[in-house]
Amino acid sequence: MNVVFGFKEFAFLLTGLKWTVLLSLIAFAGGGIMGLLVAVARTAQSAALRRAMILYIAVFQGTPLLMQLFVVYYGLGLVGIQLPAWAAVAIAFTLNASAFLGEIWRGAIQALPRGQTEAATALGLPLVSRLRDVILPQALRIAQPAAVGYAVQLIKGTSLAAIVGFIELARAGQIVSSQTFAPILVFGVVGAIYFSLCWPLSLYSARLEAKFAAAG
Amino acid sequence: MSSTSTAPNSTEQPLIVMGAVEKWFGTFQALRSVNLSVSKSEKIVLCGPSGSGKSTLIRCINHLESYQKGKIVVDGVSVTDNQKAIDVVRQEVGMVFQSFNLFPHMTVLQNCMLAPIRVRGSSKQEAEATARRYLDRVHIGNQADKYPAQLSGGQQQRVAIARALCMQPKVMLFDEPTSALDPEMVKEVLDTMIGLAQDGMTMICVTHEMGFARQVADRVIFMADGMILEEAPPETFFKSPNHPRAKQFLGEILAHH
Repeated sequence: MNVVFGFKEFAFLLTGLKWTVLLSLIAFAGGGIMGLLVAVARTAQSAALRRAMILYIAVFQGTPLLMQLFVVYYGLGLVGIQLPAWAAVAIAFTLNASAFLGEIWRGAIQALPRGQTEAATALGLPLVSRLRDVILPQALRIAQPAAVGYAVQLIKGTSLAAIVGFIELARAGQIVSSQTFAPILVFGVVGAIYFSLCWPLSLYSARLEAKFAAAG
Repeated sequence: MSSTSTAPNSTEQPLIVMGAVEKWFGTFQALRSVNLSVSKSEKIVLCGPSGSGKSTLIRCINHLESYQKGKIVVDGVSVTDNQKAIDVVRQEVGMVFQSFNLFPHMTVLQNCMLAPIRVRGSSKQEAEATARRYLDRVHIGNQADKYPAQLSGGQQQRVAIARALCMQPKVMLFDEPTSALDPEMVKEVLDTMIGLAQDGMTMICVTHEMGFARQVADRVIFMADGMILEEAPPETFFKSPNHPRAKQFLGEILAHH
């Protein structure tokens, strides 16, 4: 009668893990790229654009992610846009991540000495080259510790997607736990899986930092 | 007020013409009716007390700063708010900054190759050959694979000069190129600039190095409060400055030399 936590249950956790990883990747990549637009708009010449971005960032940083998930998931449904759960969740996470990563990018870009942009400009480099060759490579190094820290938060934060019925790692753990009545064991395993995702990232980040520091 | 003049031996169109240029930073007027004409191969030294508008003046030439009134024409191209015109002018005008502004994540060689590849469309081989030629010329060819942070200030500034030269500009602007250097490194940078002057480069240098001005300048231009108050050949300027502000300025800086 009682299900024992065995291979089949572990495999079920791994399918949840697959979604956790996918969702994290989508949110980080989407949020990173959208964040770049947010950062550019946040520092634009146009005051209207800047103010709009300040509002955008305030809303997404200042309200719970859980609420944002509800709004996107059920809200889009109410206005007649039917999206699969994973797509709605991906959109919500991307928007949320863009507000945080956008500010991380902005801080890093503004931390660069003005002379870098001036020298690139004086050489006649077009905007795309100024960004790609001069500004972003330096800004990414500055942003890296904060961005990796955010990525780690994001991986764990994807567990909130369970609330709209999305079966990622935490939700899968919950299901297995209620089948096996072995919550300590199951959530212990779930925790270990999260840890094995996040810890290497943190380690890698520390390594990179040391490498950049050595390169001067 | 200011006056317009060209080098005595010039027969062609001046390379740079500034006519009645006015520039404000908010309510502060940084340039007041600046007129300046620079011929090909002419060497101009701009001096004056800090805040007099010298740097602002040369930064208007390649549109690092915009200006509100007047006109600036570089090699026949009018520097307006038109981005195309600005791009054309920037290709012909090299600039060297007080703080070097090398790109720290690139090697010396990569610093020198970037703009020719991205702006002139040079191939990697061409760009590298040009870069090595100019790095040799500023006597730093053996450091090509180092990163800027591994070089001394004087070496970095020579790389910055080479980087600008790689675009094969018609004019070089120098914005206090030796002011951030330790005293023992000033000479190597000035020697590089003197070499460039002897090769016939058109140069506008904001500097307080009066020895350099004496040696290479065709004209010394003295600015204060955003105005050109005096311009004269160096021997005249240093011996018998006319304007009281110029006399005062020379008295102050020569007291330390």
